[in-house]
Amino acid sequence: MAEKQSKWKIFTAGIIRENPVLRLVLGCCSALAVTTTVSGALGMGLSMTFVLVCSNIVISALRKVIPGKVHLPCYIVIIATFVTVVEMILHAYLPDLYKSLGVFLALIVVNCIILGRAEMFACKNTVIDSTLDGLGMGVGYILTMVLMSSIREIIGNGSWMGIQLIPDSIDRMNVMNQAPGGFFVFGCLMALCVWIEKKTNHPIERKTCGDVMLEEIEQSKQDETAEGGAQA
Amino acid sequence: MSAQLATFATIFFSMILVNNYVLVQFLGICPFLGVSKKLDSSVGMGMAVIVVMVIATAVTFPLQIFLLDANNLGYMQTIIFILVIAVLVQLIEITLKRYIPALYSSLGVYLPLITTNCCVLGVTILAVQDYSGLVESSGFGLAYAEALVCAAGAGVGFLVAMLLFCGVRQRVENANPPESFKGLPITLVSAAITSLSFMGFGGLVENIISAIM
Repeated sequence: MAEKQSKWKIFTAGIIRENPVLRLVLGCCSALAVTTTVSGALGMGLSMTFVLVCSNIVISALRKVIPGKVHLPCYIVIIATFVTVVEMILHAYLPDLYKSLGVFLALIVVNCIILGRAEMFACKNTVIDSTLDGLGMGVGYILTMVLMSSIREIIGNGSWMGIQLIPDSIDRMNVMNQAPGGFFVFGCLMALCVWIEKKTNHPIERKTCGDVMLEEIEQSKQDETAEGGAQA
Repeated sequence: MSAQLATFATIFFSMILVNNYVLVQFLGICPFLGVSKKLDSSVGMGMAVIVVMVIATAVTFPLQIFLLDANNLGYMQTIIFILVIAVLVQLIEITLKRYIPALYSSLGVYLPLITTNCCVLGVTILAVQDYSGLVESSGFGLAYAEALVCAAGAGVGFLVAMLLFCGVRQRVENANPPESFKGLPITLVSAAITSLSFMGFGGLVENIISAIM
């Protein structure tokens, strides 16, 4: 029973507790770019989940074979393979979706959710756990994307999944469908998330991949000055 | 000649102002949100991105035309491009370290961080998408040159966005937003406003260039 519960926990972690977009702040590029329509967001979410689950499985199965020094290139090759598979499938069967996702489909390769989960989870855990983690993260990602794109499509285009909700006589806020709306909705959703965390007393510190980058830069700068000082 | 120059200038400046990679096309959001906290890091990151983008496009564009398209291997694009970029970044790092140590000391830190950055892979794919059609109509040389100008413009656009947003952030830090908005949410909302200001440039660049030339 305890075993089962922990597996369930791994699966549900990605949905709320470790929601990849709103709490771990991974993969913001695609979350901002393809959420103009619900169908696009759903397609992106499903493609992402497929790649995430498959790459998690392969990486966790090979975790004892991949040498530590070249782990990043290995991960990239594995992920790129699955992205190519998704690209070919969508190109063949859903050409409209393929066109609307455009370059962001190929950019799943460098999406921080997949690389992040490979580094944080799949390289340390068993195949089954990694599969569940991938599924949970994927579901969390899809839900967030659908929520964001619903807000943007309803306000910006007056429709949901192509079904018209707001009559033509009311003007649309087109800006929601464009770049500024993406940033704005994402910021407001995150603020809502922070507010709920405060109410339920579970505040967390959000750390984007950019913050990690900045830390690395600062660190290596400090090392340099320390070295320079030692030499002098 | 002048018409060609005008085309180049239009491509370059529209990549900076109208199709800005960060603020309009959402490529490279991660470094944009994180690194723009510090001015010197933003400049270094921007410079490194310009260098890597131009070199990566310079290598991947002919690769696509002469290797992938010529052999009907278009579906290998993603996997080849990301590997080429990863190798290139390593090569640039080694070369700089060996021959131009002064440049290495200022850019070396940023190079490994750029490998898995979506704006670099993005620019190589978009350059192929937009300019490979030109190869048939006006020759490889011209298409190649336009792709390189586009990559350079995208890099400079990234730098401009980083610098502008760095200034915006310093103002935001002194402001007093609602409790829930503190930190990342208010940063995103201010990015929205910065991006809104870039929408004002739509259609402007072509008109200005045609007026000058």
